[in-house]
Amino acid sequence: MCVAVPGKIKAIKAGNAEVDFSGVTRSVSLDLVPAARKNDYVLVHAGFAIQVLDPADAKETLELFKEIYKNEKR
Amino acid sequence: MAASALAEMEQLCSAAAERTGGRINIMEVCGTHTMAIAASGMRRLFPKELRMLSGPGCPVCVTSQGDIDLVLALAAVPGIIIATFGDMLKVKGSNGLDLNALRAEGADVRVVYSPLDAVELAASEASREVVFIGVGFETTAPVVAAALARAKKRGLKNFSVTAFFKLVPPALDLLLSDPTNRISGFMLPGHVSAIIGLAPYRFVAEKYKVPCAVTGFEPLDILTGINMLLKQIVAGKPEVQDEYFRAVPEGGNPAAVKLMGEVFVTSDASWRAIGTLKKSGMALSPAYASFDAVKRFKLKRSDAPEPRGCLCGKILLGKALPPDCPMFGKACTPSSAVGPCMVSSEGACAAWFKYGN
Repeated sequence: MCVAVPGKIKAIKAGNAEVDFSGVTRSVSLDLVPAARKNDYVLVHAGFAIQVLDPADAKETLELFKEIYKNEKR
Repeated sequence: MAASALAEMEQLCSAAAERTGGRINIMEVCGTHTMAIAASGMRRLFPKELRMLSGPGCPVCVTSQGDIDLVLALAAVPGIIIATFGDMLKVKGSNGLDLNALRAEGADVRVVYSPLDAVELAASEASREVVFIGVGFETTAPVVAAALARAKKRGLKNFSVTAFFKLVPPALDLLLSDPTNRISGFMLPGHVSAIIGLAPYRFVAEKYKVPCAVTGFEPLDILTGINMLLKQIVAGKPEVQDEYFRAVPEGGNPAAVKLMGEVFVTSDASWRAIGTLKKSGMALSPAYASFDAVKRFKLKRSDAPEPRGCLCGKILLGKALPPDCPMFGKACTPSSAVGPCMVSSEGACAAWFKYGN
């Protein structure tokens, strides 16, 4: 039930955002992340953004995975 | 990358098993983790010492039989519209009926994606009562709080909710306070933590000396989270680590926590298999008391027992695995489920049945 999906804010109007989920657009409430701005990536649960995702942190995670598993052959 | 993670896990497990006395029991407390682990098939690649347990992390599974009966009693009130997440449709009451069965008999039960859809429904059906079935943990509670705040602002008088919300940290406290528990580490729920942050879990590492890692939901997240826990076990230094830092800042989401504090108050809550646990849930605050569906329709909670022979309770406490239940896969399957761990699509039994691990 605690599934949440990341998407990108395309536009904001009156506390609601149009969020792009890899091609599917849906209206999402920003009531719980009032600081979110256009082009931010947000984590969405049941129609509400619950966190703003930091692309730098996402990149760092990928680099961390690469670093941890650097001896990978395939 | 996954192969390297598994190779590292093999080494860490050998070292960690010396500290834990042979077996390493890592408990996840989130239905989404249960599903992610089962769907990836990674369990069969794990070292033999490592066992993953599904704790009380599936909202439908932990909802007590008494609360399920209340939901069904609400659906039977003439003229009412029930708005619910789809997860609740197949959970049976103590009379053997579920929301699907009541819908077949004429009850108006609608599946919604968001509690906001239920608010819109109430606004468009002004002559009818709309009840949103609120179950879940700290991920879902703020979302329902925000919907209630909107309903209040709009002055909707025909909207109410069941506030059967539960808190994760008190459940961890209960599991650990049992001296027979054999939990070596907790894989903490990513999206609950996106709301509450890391501080509410510190007692697990400090008081009980049990390692914790907030973990994301991709297979590599899960492998990395497990390896973090194993490293803590090997080093003998339990702490609360954050593998999912791209979504979980240390302080969580303060705006969401603040709103939850306005709409809800901490309350005793009734858990399947556990019973009533003090200060482990959220009920509506005095400012929002008029939105309480159970009070509005003057219903009383029963002390209905759990289904006979069902091991769901023991499974939620990490004391049994789904195949330990004599009914698993025989009398109890997803199409004819006895207990909620099989009913809920993210229950431990349903995941085990579907993916065969």
